[in-house]
Amino acid sequence: MKRGGILVGLLAALLLGQPAPDGGRYPSPVDLALSPDGARLYVVCEGTDEVAVVDLATSSVIRRVGVGHVPRGIAVSADGKWIYVTNAWADTVTEIDARSLAATRTLSTGFEPSGLTVDARGQVLYVANRISNDVSVIDLRTGSEIKRLAAGRGASYVAASGSRIYVTHIYPNLGKFRTESESEITEIDADRQVVDARPRLHNVAGTFHVALSRDGRLGIAAQLRPKNLIPLAHVAHGWAFGDSLAVFGADVGGVVQLPLDELERYFSLPFGVAIAPDKSKAYLTASGSGEVAILDLKRLVAASRAPERDALVNDLSVSGRYVLARVPVGRNPRSIVLSNDGARLYVANRLDDTISVMDTAANRIVATIGLGGLPIVTPQRRGERLFYSSNFSFQGQFGCANCHLDSTFDGLQWDLEPDGFGVDIVDNRSIEDVANTAPFKWNGGNPDLFTECGPRTERFFFRSQGFRDADLADLITYVASIPLRPNRYRAATGELTPAQERGKAIFERERRKDGSSIPEENRCSFCHSGKYHTNQKLADVGTGKPTDRSPLIDTPHLTNVALSAPYLHDGSAKTLEEIWTVFNPKDTHGVSNDLAKDELNDLIEYLKTL
Amino acid sequence: MRLAILFASIGMLGAGELPRFRWENFTTAQGLPNNRVYSVSVDGDKIWAGTDNGLALYQNGKWRVFTPEDGLAHRAVLYVTVDKQTHDLWAATMGGLSRYSAGRFDTFTQLNSGLANDVVYGVSALGDFVWVATAAGASRLNKRTGEWSLFNERNTPMYEIWTYSVTATEDKVYYAVWGGGVLEYDVKTERWKDYNDPDGETELVLFKDQGLIHEITTSVSYVHQILWVATYFGASRYDGRNWRNFLDKDSGLPSNFLNQVKTVDGIRTWFSTDKGLAYFDGEEWATYRPALDTHAPEMLVRDAQGQVKRIAVDTAPAHNYIFGVDFQGDDIWVATAQGLSHGIRIRQEISRK
Repeated sequence: MKRGGILVGLLAALLLGQPAPDGGRYPSPVDLALSPDGARLYVVCEGTDEVAVVDLATSSVIRRVGVGHVPRGIAVSADGKWIYVTNAWADTVTEIDARSLAATRTLSTGFEPSGLTVDARGQVLYVANRISNDVSVIDLRTGSEIKRLAAGRGASYVAASGSRIYVTHIYPNLGKFRTESESEITEIDADRQVVDARPRLHNVAGTFHVALSRDGRLGIAAQLRPKNLIPLAHVAHGWAFGDSLAVFGADVGGVVQLPLDELERYFSLPFGVAIAPDKSKAYLTASGSGEVAILDLKRLVAASRAPERDALVNDLSVSGRYVLARVPVGRNPRSIVLSNDGARLYVANRLDDTISVMDTAANRIVATIGLGGLPIVTPQRRGERLFYSSNFSFQGQFGCANCHLDSTFDGLQWDLEPDGFGVDIVDNRSIEDVANTAPFKWNGGNPDLFTECGPRTERFFFRSQGFRDADLADLITYVASIPLRPNRYRAATGELTPAQERGKAIFERERRKDGSSIPEENRCSFCHSGKYHTNQKLADVGTGKPTDRSPLIDTPHLTNVALSAPYLHDGSAKTLEEIWTVFNPKDTHGVSNDLAKDELNDLIEYLKTL
Repeated sequence: MRLAILFASIGMLGAGELPRFRWENFTTAQGLPNNRVYSVSVDGDKIWAGTDNGLALYQNGKWRVFTPEDGLAHRAVLYVTVDKQTHDLWAATMGGLSRYSAGRFDTFTQLNSGLANDVVYGVSALGDFVWVATAAGASRLNKRTGEWSLFNERNTPMYEIWTYSVTATEDKVYYAVWGGGVLEYDVKTERWKDYNDPDGETELVLFKDQGLIHEITTSVSYVHQILWVATYFGASRYDGRNWRNFLDKDSGLPSNFLNQVKTVDGIRTWFSTDKGLAYFDGEEWATYRPALDTHAPEMLVRDAQGQVKRIAVDTAPAHNYIFGVDFQGDDIWVATAQGLSHGIRIRQEISRK
């Protein structure tokens, strides 16, 4: 979608009298659902906190239904009467009466609800909670959450087939330091409302949308296989990510991973998935490449059943067996949905604020539906498009958003620079609200975001000519604007619990328990001071490794630190506790060895509120 | 037993409503990782056994064994319990607490989490909370927030911190504190209260039925507002007003050394002792074991008048040293020092006389 297309869409909206979204924001569509009769398309607009209702007969937005903050996922009951939308930053689900298009209830969930589905009887809602790593099971008769099921880390997307529910995760499960990442598909038996299988996705970090064929015998999930154990400098010799899919179900037997990339033509950051009703084709979006891939399912299943199937995922020639075509769509395409007859595919182009309509017989885009929004493209929006684009890296392999998924992190530790294998391993930090936390990098080597996002990224990551100055300025404008997610551990009033209060006192203490003074530079609140809890200086806190070039570490900001495990500069501490129970034997990283276990627990409860 | 015992071999008769079982025993020969079975927990058709050398799952006639290589916190699994809500399994081990959920282990230790201590004796999961008994006090995990709360001598009346067993219910949580009696947590008021032996004597029972029988408690069970406590010196029952204590000399308990007590409904209660498995129906007692002298299968019945009869049986639990039990419908599973036993209920209408 070109910029002109947006203007045309907006103009069309005005002429047709369509309801306009919040004029100061972009709709940023992320998820889609069709009404059972196929007449309406419900579009989740995370940027304007609403669901846009599109009349497919006229290709126009007929209503905008306000929901909670940062909506992310949508599900429609089988009878089409109810629409459910997750509000990721409000920890709720909005229930909408599909006939009146009025919000009827707000249901509580876990932390950062994302994907969801309604069970076949329309009585129970299953909601994947990204931050609390679990699934809320909500009784729709009462509106109450009846149980919480443990999922994998970053539980985000959900698909259902009969009484089976499948959950995928954008972060890998926490594993041993410097080992291959691992994710899972959490399978829920909806009859018993329990998790009864967790097929492992070995060497997989982020997993995105998942879809099941109508007969339930074939499942496909979009996934990322990171190459984070070898230096990223080798991107020119191999690749940084394996953009791939997990194929599973009775048609396949077990879980098989297969590539989507082609040699020298990557399919970056696969995200949305849909399977044709007749099981002839599957469709996937590449949110970094701006494309939809069309896969021949018969050939895909054949590859999944091939004797050598477990060795195929790193063979980039294999995708040619089943990828029929790659069709350009808008910027940062996310969810997709097929019409009931499979003739039309709708694609949510998040950073164009449009819906692409594909004729699946012709494999081409036949219409683009505008969702409105700001009539101009701001520098921040341009920067966001750069952030989510993979076009700037060598062979279009990846973009900023590959490691900073949804502008957060990826839960991985990377060997970034060309200084030898296993040297200077760095944990990927959250980048929310980082504008005022310079310097950047764990060794503090980059004094500002221009250096961090410009020459460094170009030289070491992208292996490309990189951004023009104007592009870089836009990118930094966006990075500096990434907001902080609400803290789930701090009460809205700011009041601390007794445990958090006790922890705060420990964080701020100046004396050991025996009364002796703690040197100023060894107090928690000395280095971790100020609004972001960093004095923005380097310090040697004894956590450096022999493989680090310097023991001096940038003092990290602690905002929302609870979310970004593992910890320390290299991610060697799996939990906040391990920072002190394992990696602080000599009290060089604050004084902690005089603390009793319950006092350390209090300290951690306080840290989680920052 | 010091009471006069009337042994009467009465074939298949006797026992009234006292349950009779055909015992099937499992050992390493059948696939258990170790014969020392500390704990058993039933989840429908799945039987979980915590042994001295791994966690074992019995399903569809086969045993599957889990070890630290699979992610289990430690090979010595002292207690297992199924979260009735999620059907995840919680395993208390000598090296931390493990959750097994559909093939995945998550392990919590004193180093990687807020757990008080890696020596975990007991665990009880209810709703959003997992209550843990450790060698260094009680711990509680809030599954929704990840918050760990510790309870010890600094914030409860716990003067010993060696917590040995825990049972969580909707209104109360009870801890058996080894050497420290019983701790009660009121869910509504969030307050703690302790129950101790009123005579304070370790060897004597001076004030019988005036309080807990002994400070060295090993297990608690709370159903229908009736609390049962197992100690190494007898059993205690508390209904909120009155205590009643049970000793081998004046009850059907085969021994005062109890590893576990588990009540069905506050009245019908099972006792795991070092001299056999005992059952009390509120009036009569039964003991199931290999005879202590001949090791032949044995069932003893003690009626309300104190008369003891020996019932002829063909099978018995694997060993007289019993660690614990769990129920599967009318059947019972028994963890012993020499294997795991499945008591298959025999339906037989017989008279009491």
